[in-house]
Amino acid sequence: MLSTFSVSRILFPNIQSLGILTPKLLNLGPYTLDFTSSGRHMAVGGRKGHLAIVDMKTMGLIKEFQVRETVRDVVFLHNDLFFAAAQKSMANILMTGRYPYIYNRDGTELHCLKEHGAVLRLQFLKNHFLLASINNFGQLHYQDVTMGEMVGSYRTGIGRTDAMQVNPYNGVVALGQSLGTVSMWKPTSSAPLLRLLCHKGPVSAIAFHPNGHLMATAGKERKIKLWDLRKLGDEPLQTLPGNAKTLDFSQKGLLACQLGNGSSVQILRDLDGNQTYKTYMNHGMVKGFQIEKLLFRPYEDVLGIGHSMGWSSILIPGAGEPNFDTLVANPFETSKQRRESEVHSLLDKLPAETIMLDPAKIGTLKPERKKEKPTKQEKVAGIEAAVEVVKAIKLKKKTKGRSKPSKRTIKKKELIAKAKSPFLAQEMKEEEQVARKKQKTIEYVETPTSLLRFVRKKATA
Amino acid sequence: MKVKVISRSADEFTKERSQDLQRVFRNFDPSIRTQEKAVEYVRAQNAAKLDKIFARPFVGAMEGHIDSISCMAKNPNHLTGIFSGSMDGEIRLWNLASRRTVCRFPGHKGAVQGLTVSTDGHVLVSCGTDSTIRLWGVPVSNLLEEDVSSDKSAEPRETYVWKNAFRSVDHQWNSDRFATGGAGVDIWNHNRSAPEQSYQWGTDTVVSVRFNPGEPDILATSASDRSIALYDLRMGKPTSKFIMRTRTNSICWNPMEPINFTAANEDSNCYSFDCRKFGEATCVHMDHVSAVMDIDYSPTGREFVTGSYDRTVMIFPYNAGHKREIYHTKRMQRVFCVKYSCDGSYVISGSDDTNLRLWKSKASEQLGVLLPREQKKHEYHEAVKNRYKHLPEVKRIVRHRHLPKPIYKAGKQIREQNESQRKKHEKRKAHSAPGSIVQEPLRKRKIIKVE
Repeated sequence: MLSTFSVSRILFPNIQSLGILTPKLLNLGPYTLDFTSSGRHMAVGGRKGHLAIVDMKTMGLIKEFQVRETVRDVVFLHNDLFFAAAQKSMANILMTGRYPYIYNRDGTELHCLKEHGAVLRLQFLKNHFLLASINNFGQLHYQDVTMGEMVGSYRTGIGRTDAMQVNPYNGVVALGQSLGTVSMWKPTSSAPLLRLLCHKGPVSAIAFHPNGHLMATAGKERKIKLWDLRKLGDEPLQTLPGNAKTLDFSQKGLLACQLGNGSSVQILRDLDGNQTYKTYMNHGMVKGFQIEKLLFRPYEDVLGIGHSMGWSSILIPGAGEPNFDTLVANPFETSKQRRESEVHSLLDKLPAETIMLDPAKIGTLKPERKKEKPTKQEKVAGIEAAVEVVKAIKLKKKTKGRSKPSKRTIKKKELIAKAKSPFLAQEMKEEEQVARKKQKTIEYVETPTSLLRFVRKKATA
Repeated sequence: MKVKVISRSADEFTKERSQDLQRVFRNFDPSIRTQEKAVEYVRAQNAAKLDKIFARPFVGAMEGHIDSISCMAKNPNHLTGIFSGSMDGEIRLWNLASRRTVCRFPGHKGAVQGLTVSTDGHVLVSCGTDSTIRLWGVPVSNLLEEDVSSDKSAEPRETYVWKNAFRSVDHQWNSDRFATGGAGVDIWNHNRSAPEQSYQWGTDTVVSVRFNPGEPDILATSASDRSIALYDLRMGKPTSKFIMRTRTNSICWNPMEPINFTAANEDSNCYSFDCRKFGEATCVHMDHVSAVMDIDYSPTGREFVTGSYDRTVMIFPYNAGHKREIYHTKRMQRVFCVKYSCDGSYVISGSDDTNLRLWKSKASEQLGVLLPREQKKHEYHEAVKNRYKHLPEVKRIVRHRHLPKPIYKAGKQIREQNESQRKKHEKRKAHSAPGSIVQEPLRKRKIIKVE
C-alpha cells in the first residue's frame, strides 16, 4: 500500500506541509498535542517540559519554551492566545509544585491554578469557558476561566485515571475508571449523571462522535467498543479488537485508534452510515515510535500524531469538514475577527447549569411534579376528618355527680383541640422555616457595599 | 495514485485589498455548532437585558401653556403638528420635531374643552365652557418649516355663540360637518351659525363625542348618566344606548377595526366594545389605579395609549387585559389628554402641570436611520426574546417596570380588595345549593342596562 507521504509530495506540491512531518525532537518525551477549534494553531507538549505553539497554515513556530517540569497534558483555551499545561515539578522533592499553569501565546506564565492539584488530564468546555481537570486523587475540578471562579470540585471516588474526554454535543465530561466503568459528570452535581460498565479491565481511552450519538471506549483488555448514547444498553453497538491508548473521532465520523503495538495507526470508517465501523486505512510509523496522542485536525483531512519522538501529521482523505462557518470557527481569521469573535463568544457564554445529558431540554416544559406536599384543600380535609373521628367518640357517663354537662363539653373541646394540634404544629413549623429563609436573605442583603470585602466568605464545597 | 484531500487556497478566503469586505462563509450543519438551544436562551436573556438598558422613552417636554392642558387634536395630513388647548383658553399649534410653538390661537374666555381639525387640515374647530365654537385657519405652510418658532397668533375665522357650555367636539371624516357634546349632541356645519341637527336622549350632559372613522355617519357619545350611546346621522335619530356602573370619560374607535371602540372609564378600567353587540364588553383592560381620563388608538389599531388621573400614561395591546408599558415622571401630574402620533412611533401626553410631553411608543427603539445590519440585529433580538419570553428568567426581566410607590401600593390594595371579594363569593357559592349563585363575567357585570 502506498504510504501517504509519497502521495502528497508528488501530487500536491502547493499544500506545503500536509505530508509527514517528523521533526526530530530527541529525548524530550512523548508528545501530546491539541488544536484550536479552527484547526489553525496547534499546541505541543513534550513530557520532559517542552511546550510549543505552531501555526499549522504556514508551519511556522510561534513560540517554544522549556518549563523544566513534567508536562502531562496541554489544552488550548478559547483561542490560540491562551493554553493550559498540566505540570509536575520533578526538580526538588521539597518544591512539589504540581499544578496546571495557563500560558500566553508569548510564553508568559499567566496563572498558576493551585486548587486543581496534581493534574493528569485537562479539558476545555468551549461554550461554557470551563476548564475541567482530573488529578491523581481522582478529584474533578471545574474552573471558569473568564472570572477565575471555581464552579465545582468533586471527589469522584474513581481513583487515578487517565481517560477523560468532553462530549462536545452536550458538554458533559466522561471519565474512565480502572474498574471498567465510564462515568459522566456535570459541574453542578457531586454525583455522576451516568455510570456505564464498559470493559472488563481499566478504561484507557474515550472518544465522542461530534453528533453526540456515538461513544467509543478502549479498554486495557484490548477491546474497543462503540456505544450508542441514545439507547444505552448492556451490549455495545460494535466491538473491535485493538489496544488503544488514545482514540479520536474526526468531524466526518472517522475513528482513529492504535493498531497492535504502539507504532501503527488504524483509521475506521462507517461507509453505509449504519454505525458499523470497518477498517479504512492503516499507517505504520517507524518501529520505535510509541504513539501518545491521536487528534484529527478540524476542517482539514489531517490526523496529528504525538509520539515519543515528536509529532507527525498524516493525510486521511475524507476526515475533515470541507465547509467551515465563519461565525463558528474560521481558519483564516484575522486579528480583528478574532477579537470580535472573542467578544461574541463571551456574550454567548453558557452558565454551568445548562450542562445536561439532553441539551434540547432547555425551553421545554418541566413535567408536573407529583404533589408530595398536601395541598391546602387536602390539609383542611385532613383536619376535618380527624375532628369528625373525635366527635364520634362517645364519652363515658360518670357517676357520683362527675358527669356535669359543662365538664363534658369542656372534655370534648379538649379532645378536638388535641386532634387538631399535630396539623397546626406542622403548619407553624413550615411558616417558621419560610420566615427563617426570608430572614437569611434579608440579613445577607443588609451589609453595605463598602464593607463587603470584610465579610467572611463561606468555604465552597 | 490520485487522492482527493481538502485543499483551500488562501485567495478565496482572505481579502485582497484593505478596502474590500471580508467574505463570510456559512455552513448550517447542526453538528458543527453545539448546544444551540442553550445559546439561544442566553441570547434571549441578554436581549431582554439590553432592551432594559436602552429603554429611554422620554423625548422631551413642550412648555408654554400657563394652565393645565385640557384637550389635544392631531391631523393625519401633518405628522409633525399637534394642537393643544388649555384651561385658560389658549390654544397652541406645536411642531413636534423642534418641540416649539408654531402658532397661537388666543380668544377663548374660559377653558377650551374640545379641539378638532377638519379632514383636509385647514380648519381648526374649538369649543369651550364659554359656550362658543370658534373656527380658525391653520397656517399650513409654517408647519413645514422646522425652525420657525414664532409668536404668531391668528384670529378666529368664525365664532358661533350658543346656549350651553360645550364639553367635546369631533369632526366628521370627509365632510364639512362636526358634532359637539354639551347639553345634547349637536351637528354643525362650518358655514352655519346654528346646529343643523340636535339630538337629546336623557337630560344629562354629553361628555365626549367621536365619529367612526370607517362609517362617517355613525357617532358614539358618552354622557354623565354613565351611558354610552350610538347615533346615526342618516337615520336622524339615536340608535342604541347602554348604561354602565360608572361614567366614561373618553371613547376612541379602533382605526383598523371600525366596529370596535374602547371606552376610558372612571373606575380605572378601559372597556372595549363591539358596536353591534352592546350586551357585553369584548375586553376589560385593567391596570390603572385611578380614573382613566383619555384614550387614543395607534394608527396600526394594535395598541392604544391611556392617560389617567393617577399621573401615569399606559400603553395597552388592543386585546390584552394588562398594560404593555407604563410611563411616569415625578414632574408629570394628572394626565388629562393623550394622543398617539400619526406614524405610531410617539405618544404625546398633556397634563396638569401645563406641559405636553413627547414619549417614544417603544421605549428602547433606536431613532433615526438604521443600517441594514443594525436593523437585522434588532429583528433578531426581538425574535429570540419572543421565543423564550414565557420562561421565568426572561419573563421576569421583560415584565419588570419600576412603578412609583403610590401606584404600586394602590395597585396592591386594589388586587387585595378584588381577591377578598372573590374569596367571599367562592365561599358563598360553596355553602349554597350548586347552581343557585351564578356570577356573570366581568365584561357583563359592568353593564347595567341596554336600551
